Amino acid sequence: MNKRVTQTSYAVRGRVLDASMRIQARMADGHKYPFDQIIALNIGNPQALEQPPLTFNRQVLSLCMYPQLLDTAPPGLFDPEAVERARKYVKCTSGGMGVYTNSQGMQSVREEVAAFIAQRDGHPARADRVFLTNGASEGVKLLMQCMLREMADGHADGMLTPIPQYPLYSATLTLLGGRLVPYHLVEGRNWGVSIEELRESLAVARDDDGVCVRGICIINPGNPTGSVLTEEQIADIIRLAVEENLVVIADEVYQANVWQQERPFVSFKKVACDLGYTAEPGDHRLQLVSFHSTSKGYMGECGVRGGYMELHGISDDIKAQLYKLASLSLCSNTAGQVMMGLMVNPPKEGDKSHALFAKERDAILDSMFRRAKLLSDALNTLEGVSCNSVDGALYAFPTITLSKKARDIAKERGIPADEYYCLEMLERAGIIFVPGSGFGQAHGTYHFRTTFLPPENKFPIMLERIKAGHASFMKDHA
Amino acid sequence: MPAVSSSDKVLSYEKVAESVKRAQYAVRGEIYLAASERIKKGEKVIFTNVGNPHGLGQKPLTFPRQVMALLTAPFLLDDPRTATMFPADAITRAKTYLANIKGGVGAYSDSVGNPYIRDEVAQFIQARDGHAADPERIFLTNGASEAVRTLLRTLIRGHMDGVMVPVPQYPLYSASIALYDGCFVGYELDESTGWGLDLVKTKASLDAARARGLCVRGLVFINPGNPTGQCLSRADVEALVRFCFDNRLVLMADEVYQENVYRSRHPFTSAKKVMCELGEPYTSGLELVSFHTVSKGVYGECGLRGGYMEMCNFDPRTVEEIYKICSINLSPNVPGQVAVGLMCNPPRRGDPSFDSFMAEKAELLASLKRRARLLTDAFNSLEGVSCQETEGALYSFPQITLPPAAVAAARAAGKAPDVFYCLALLSETGLSTVPGSGFGQAEGTFHFRTTILPAEADMGEVVELFKRFHKGFVQRYSGPVAKL
Repeated sequence: MNKRVTQTSYAVRGRVLDASMRIQARMADGHKYPFDQIIALNIGNPQALEQPPLTFNRQVLSLCMYPQLLDTAPPGLFDPEAVERARKYVKCTSGGMGVYTNSQGMQSVREEVAAFIAQRDGHPARADRVFLTNGASEGVKLLMQCMLREMADGHADGMLTPIPQYPLYSATLTLLGGRLVPYHLVEGRNWGVSIEELRESLAVARDDDGVCVRGICIINPGNPTGSVLTEEQIADIIRLAVEENLVVIADEVYQANVWQQERPFVSFKKVACDLGYTAEPGDHRLQLVSFHSTSKGYMGECGVRGGYMELHGISDDIKAQLYKLASLSLCSNTAGQVMMGLMVNPPKEGDKSHALFAKERDAILDSMFRRAKLLSDALNTLEGVSCNSVDGALYAFPTITLSKKARDIAKERGIPADEYYCLEMLERAGIIFVPGSGFGQAHGTYHFRTTFLPPENKFPIMLERIKAGHASFMKDHA
Repeated sequence: MPAVSSSDKVLSYEKVAESVKRAQYAVRGEIYLAASERIKKGEKVIFTNVGNPHGLGQKPLTFPRQVMALLTAPFLLDDPRTATMFPADAITRAKTYLANIKGGVGAYSDSVGNPYIRDEVAQFIQARDGHAADPERIFLTNGASEAVRTLLRTLIRGHMDGVMVPVPQYPLYSASIALYDGCFVGYELDESTGWGLDLVKTKASLDAARARGLCVRGLVFINPGNPTGQCLSRADVEALVRFCFDNRLVLMADEVYQENVYRSRHPFTSAKKVMCELGEPYTSGLELVSFHTVSKGVYGECGLRGGYMEMCNFDPRTVEEIYKICSINLSPNVPGQVAVGLMCNPPRRGDPSFDSFMAEKAELLASLKRRARLLTDAFNSLEGVSCQETEGALYSFPQITLPPAAVAAARAAGKAPDVFYCLALLSETGLSTVPGSGFGQAEGTFHFRTTILPAEADMGEVVELFKRFHKGFVQRYSGPVAKL
């Protein structure tokens, strides 16, 4: 088997999840546990936790799936604006949802994406610089596949990757034979980016390890950290990237999940253009690729795998290679493409469909805001647990102080201590967390990541179980 | 601010991974790009370069789309009017899926696909072959292509690993092997026997590769064939099963066209069935992976990106590793998974939709069969064009004899002769095809691939356009003083 395949690890779906599936199976067989149901807090999968999809979006998608309804549905069953929208998408595919589209994705949806970006940032965006992919993850893989070269002499290309990071990056780097060049986010400064740390990591990689560092990955808002960068921080990173010839990979899939006002989301694209790096033909000073997804925000449409990447400052010959790679699988799935169009071009003020859309959207976002606070507050009451404020994204990433006893047991078992904690919490409380070791963390520290996605009415029980489970763990490992 | 030249950029062309540059995929290559330019200029193009049925007017089957519409908008299931708009079995089916897919189409499923749907696939395989299938060894993917690539990525450890691929082949294989830095080991199919298997040549290819120091680890076969359109005989499939087991090769059975069979000379027999019936040591010894999709057959649901692979006799640890790779992309798209389920578990006799569903399928299949015949005959009627029968799949792959002057003109233009031919065909008729060089062909021969998918009503025009073009082209390059 390919060695890199065996070396690759992806903690979000790792050993703790496996253990939970075994418990699930045993529960189905009649075994009794101190809980009646496992609560999955390990993955940002809102609709699996009862978050409803938006009515307008599903009406459009449904009509696209079965276009006969466009003309035969009884009046009042579907929102007329949804019908109109679906008609437009069906027409644009020239054959409906079953067609392979352009390998970059449907032109009309890419135009909607470009319009969204331009509206958001106040700077122009072009449909031909957009690629629609099966989730943002696929775009990241595509780009990195293009970028990372394998050298005969054993030298590897590397990517600056935040620690902690969403393990898509580490897994993809391993799979592609690239080197992960870590830069540590500063927990004490709300998981902020330190430019000094970045420079240091870069220097060590280049000078000491001989790695050709090709780019820098940034996740903003952060996963697992939930931190949101300031405009100045973004500007500093861009300036560094220009200076040091690094491609910027801006993972901005949580841009619609921001829970405070001090640091609103600002895109890398906007800051880049504000700084004058507008990527006019011939301007190759900054190379930036930005990612977005239908999986997060208020839509939570994970299952349709909708994503896009926007190229900025990437030359045509590179784009041609990316296109070629994308074309090997012909195109991304059409349901995801349509959902992306709906995400970036939702009902507008003045549309009849806007009222319901806004109501549903706001209900979800307001509830998320409350749940983010509820969870981080609750975590902060736990012994030995301390949680930074959840400024954005869908997760809390508290640090946990584990006793020597706990650490010794983990060591004996050959697993990281936070993984041991998560396995114990699974057995005791029926809660699935993801160990911080899966994301990376400063040596000697332990964390775990949890989502706040269960519905609000489940929160009291959930928090009770977390508190009780944690207390019993602490007691048994004092 | 300092100017950065193109080659100084971090992501300059020079610094793109070599493997990416090496990978070529002609199906959306030079001719297609030229065709896209034509479209932009408002010129007509008939896209016969890719098996994309709905793009050429084929309608989706009704029942699956009804179920998907209901599943996508579950509010419909609570509305009393729905019962008047949808047949009862579509409603029941949607409800069943909703009950078995947590979060409906909006949630990530299990990384290798929803278990209920994988069970439907297992039952389909069992019913088809008469042998048990293990749902735990069935992984759903975004189209079969994704499964192929995942498998190849796992199989190819380095540049000394080789995979045997038929020549001609569907260039996903050559491109993926290049992408993963492996070695393409071609084994030629025999055009003179309707693109049949030539075991002697196949063995010779393997031996030559091994003599070069390559570790040849797998063998792909495409049945029914793409671009070649042949259906392998059972004897050929048996031979492949034995060959792979005896030579320690993983057998990769691309069977995505299994429901596109137009001639009963060789009905489709799956590699799985053959393996199970050959007995030991093959039945538990051959490492086999089979691929299928919703993109072909009579479904033609290309855009939904639904596919699966079934692994047999794989090391369980390998299966785990493949699972892990699948999990990095979280899950395959759920609408595509549902489409796979619907394909594998269609309406049954007695269900309200059964008759109309079967009628739709039969009509589509009959139409494909007619079009396959039409094109084969049309090509064979032309001087300088000879075409093996399209027994299956969705393509015609005629061989064209090019006048020497045309070959010379092509080389002068820096193009492979069949590329030159196809570009001229596009330019003069708007027909967008794929040159044989994109698939591989015997040295000195030229082919092109076209689909059989233009609507029956349009086929006459397509054939006429082609005939006129070909005669003109040959004439242009055949005179004593050939014009360049």
